[in-house]
Amino acid sequence: MLETIAARFNSVLPKASDCAYCAARIVEERSERMSVRQDVLQPLAIDHDLGVMITVMHGGGYGYAATSDVSEAGLRAAVDRARTWAAKTASRALDYGSIALPHPRGAYRTPVAKHWAGMSLGDKIRLLSDYSRKLKVHPDIVDWEASLWRCEQTTLLVTNGGGRVTQELTFVAPRLSVTANRGAETQTRSLGMFDRSQQGGLEVLDRARLDHWCEVLPLEAMQLLTAPNCPTGPRDVVLMPDQMMLQIHESIGHPLELDRILGDERNYAGTSFVTLDMFGTYQYGSSLLDVTFDPSRGEQQASYAFDDDGVPAEKVHVIRAGVLERPLGSVFSQARAKMGGTANARAASWNRPPIDRMANLNVEPGTSTFAAMIAAVEKGIVMTTNCSWSIDDSRNKFQFGCEKGQLIENGQLGAVVKNASYRGVSATFWRSLSAVGDTATMEVLGTPFCGKGEPNQVVRVGHASPVCRFDGVDVFGGE
Amino acid sequence: MRASFDALIDHLRGCLAPAEAFTAWFQGESSDFVRMNQGKVRQPGSVSQRTLSIDLIRGQRHAGGTIGVCGDANLDRERVTVMVDTLRAALADVPDDPFHLYHHSSEHTEMAGRDALPDAAEVTARVLDRARGLDFVGIYAAGRVYRGFASSFGQRNWFERASFHLDFSVYLRADKAVKGAYAGETWNEDDFAARLQTAVAELEVLGRPPKTIEPGTYRVYLAPPAMAEILSVLSWSGFGEKSHRTKQTVFLKMLTGDARLDERITLTENTADSTGPAFGSAGFLKPSRVELIKKGQYVGMLCSPRSAKEYGVPTNGARDDEMPQALDLAPGNIPTSEVTARLDTGIFVSHLWYLNYSDRPAGRITGMTRFATLWVEKGRVVAPLNVMRFDETIYRIMGSNLLGLTRERDFILDNDTYYQRSTGCTRVPGALVRDMRFTL
Repeated sequence: MLETIAARFNSVLPKASDCAYCAARIVEERSERMSVRQDVLQPLAIDHDLGVMITVMHGGGYGYAATSDVSEAGLRAAVDRARTWAAKTASRALDYGSIALPHPRGAYRTPVAKHWAGMSLGDKIRLLSDYSRKLKVHPDIVDWEASLWRCEQTTLLVTNGGGRVTQELTFVAPRLSVTANRGAETQTRSLGMFDRSQQGGLEVLDRARLDHWCEVLPLEAMQLLTAPNCPTGPRDVVLMPDQMMLQIHESIGHPLELDRILGDERNYAGTSFVTLDMFGTYQYGSSLLDVTFDPSRGEQQASYAFDDDGVPAEKVHVIRAGVLERPLGSVFSQARAKMGGTANARAASWNRPPIDRMANLNVEPGTSTFAAMIAAVEKGIVMTTNCSWSIDDSRNKFQFGCEKGQLIENGQLGAVVKNASYRGVSATFWRSLSAVGDTATMEVLGTPFCGKGEPNQVVRVGHASPVCRFDGVDVFGGE
Repeated sequence: MRASFDALIDHLRGCLAPAEAFTAWFQGESSDFVRMNQGKVRQPGSVSQRTLSIDLIRGQRHAGGTIGVCGDANLDRERVTVMVDTLRAALADVPDDPFHLYHHSSEHTEMAGRDALPDAAEVTARVLDRARGLDFVGIYAAGRVYRGFASSFGQRNWFERASFHLDFSVYLRADKAVKGAYAGETWNEDDFAARLQTAVAELEVLGRPPKTIEPGTYRVYLAPPAMAEILSVLSWSGFGEKSHRTKQTVFLKMLTGDARLDERITLTENTADSTGPAFGSAGFLKPSRVELIKKGQYVGMLCSPRSAKEYGVPTNGARDDEMPQALDLAPGNIPTSEVTARLDTGIFVSHLWYLNYSDRPAGRITGMTRFATLWVEKGRVVAPLNVMRFDETIYRIMGSNLLGLTRERDFILDNDTYYQRSTGCTRVPGALVRDMRFTL
């Protein structure tokens, strides 16, 4: 079908003299969502979406038109609409005349070891039902759920300069959640909000170790019901990868998005405490901090060969030895800021234009073992699985909460505590990084729900990280 | 669009095998979006999209699927046929659903508002002309949204509405800005000009040296947009049958009798005066009003059809996520013109940002001040305040520390455009609060 739509697009292309750049980004998405809650299969959802985003640049103007009408008439109308926007707003637009988008050729496909179709729908439902039953271990467990979400997204980018890129991405996202209650106390343990989502096939389920978590999560939820509140005051904090993911996302990823730095997001997602003059010199973190934009890791959520503008993607450092090197900025933003960036123009689907997004943003592994990291702490806490996140519009003052905390006293892991939370300031927090875990502590995680943009968009991002330790953090608990 | 919907439903009916039934939910929009930054156009464009969600039912089994449809009759019929075949195959694998509930009705409703929207490019030109010389940033979103429901039992419901929403900020420097919004069904140049002028006038205060306060408790006035943010975070779990039954509600302490809100707090899901459809995706019509909290006490819940079957209570047509779509907080008796005088010395919070639960069972929430948050002394605005984080329980903000609500309320149209333009809205007054805890 995508080839047919591409042929229709080529048949309605305006002359080059009438339209300097014209592209069609055709996106087809098939997804299945299933969930067994309290041992009952929830309504099954099998979705199929198809549409086209037309982008035009001409005469210093820019315009887009997205349509689910993929007939020839529908595509012609969309091209006309996009051209009209470019023409009518050129005199008031940011300068698009100096920006040239590529006409790339290439293809990318998610590496898949075990195909989704290798397990029948009935077997998938039975698998989730088994997990659901295992989660209910006590009468105090009041809600429990096992879920599976699979999505296959095929994108064909065709440009009027002969560009043609096909990318076929497949995502599998498992989730377990269990909630315990006693009186006025409720505690939840989970695998986050689909934090274990990865590219691939059924092997993603193996990597997520769902059997292990089915045993651990309900016991921990019960344990938290009677656990004391997290203590208040400064402590060394050891963040597990499923909290590091959120820490990277909110206080490195978003502040380094170049469109935020350039002000595009100021009315909605916010600005950034990072300014253009900081790149190349600013000590963002301690010398242990190495952060990469890495679209090359096959199993990670935001791996691809080309971004949605058609720019080839490659792994680059954004922070090296703690020093800020480059922003997360696409071709448009790079031209406006007059500095290098990354291939990170990304759109939620065919119905939204690309903007600067995180893709895979990872903390590179260090040399500390988990045991050594704990042994070196006199008074600290390990925090696991994000459950609360809030940060200011400059991405500076943050407060994050975790489902589970475990105190560290004199180099030993101790009591489990509930409502484990901490707060800090991005501009200085990463300088307190005192240990970075080795590859054995590393996990490849991500979120399918990163929101940003006007109009609003949700995209998948990946964050791989080892366990990390930060010194002297302001921690606290609940009421 | 309506004819296309009807044709799809007729075709869907023809796809049914004996003993099969369906419910169908249609969503569509034809929208223009113009993104602006620094007084210039950043990204202008249009989005035309429509989806049809089909729930294929056989006895107590059912399977749901959503397809994108395009308006081309042949292509759409083919997609519907393929989806029905896919769902029919899935029915072989799914067990009976004990909690499936749908409306067995043949009633029809129709609501189609008029379309008086001007050309979006022309509006953009006028807006940017007015904003010349300003660091103006924001989005103009406009067009028609459509919702439809149909079932094999003969029910049809249709809703369409044309509206616009200009959501903007005017920046002075760094993070110092005034936020404004202008939304409705008929664009009026003078109305917009007045709103922009108000924002520009407030910039003067932001030019003064900013004040930084130490963490602690402060007397505050929460303007209606700030209160709307608080109601928005409470909507995550506060008003749904399922969250109450599973003890995951932010109002757990109210449920157990350990806490209550001030008796001036009355919250209602006010569908009668809303901007969205009065029917949901399972076909149930929503009552005009659902009382949620009355005089500080919890009295009702939003109950989806599924929760209704699961817990053996009546549904009120709520969405599956049981989040309000037209929340209405009753007004108080403080004239808005007197709020700075009654605040005396404290913080005038115009907007809050990025709220989240910091201890959900205890009703504690955290978030940031944003945009023109001001320091007031003896009833006079003195300086802009650098952003501060609050971390406080709802039982203090809307309970023991509530001094009063304003007589006037804002009618705030939801500017959410995730996946598609929202049809939600909120009616909310401002609130004067004796003490609120700021932590960072």
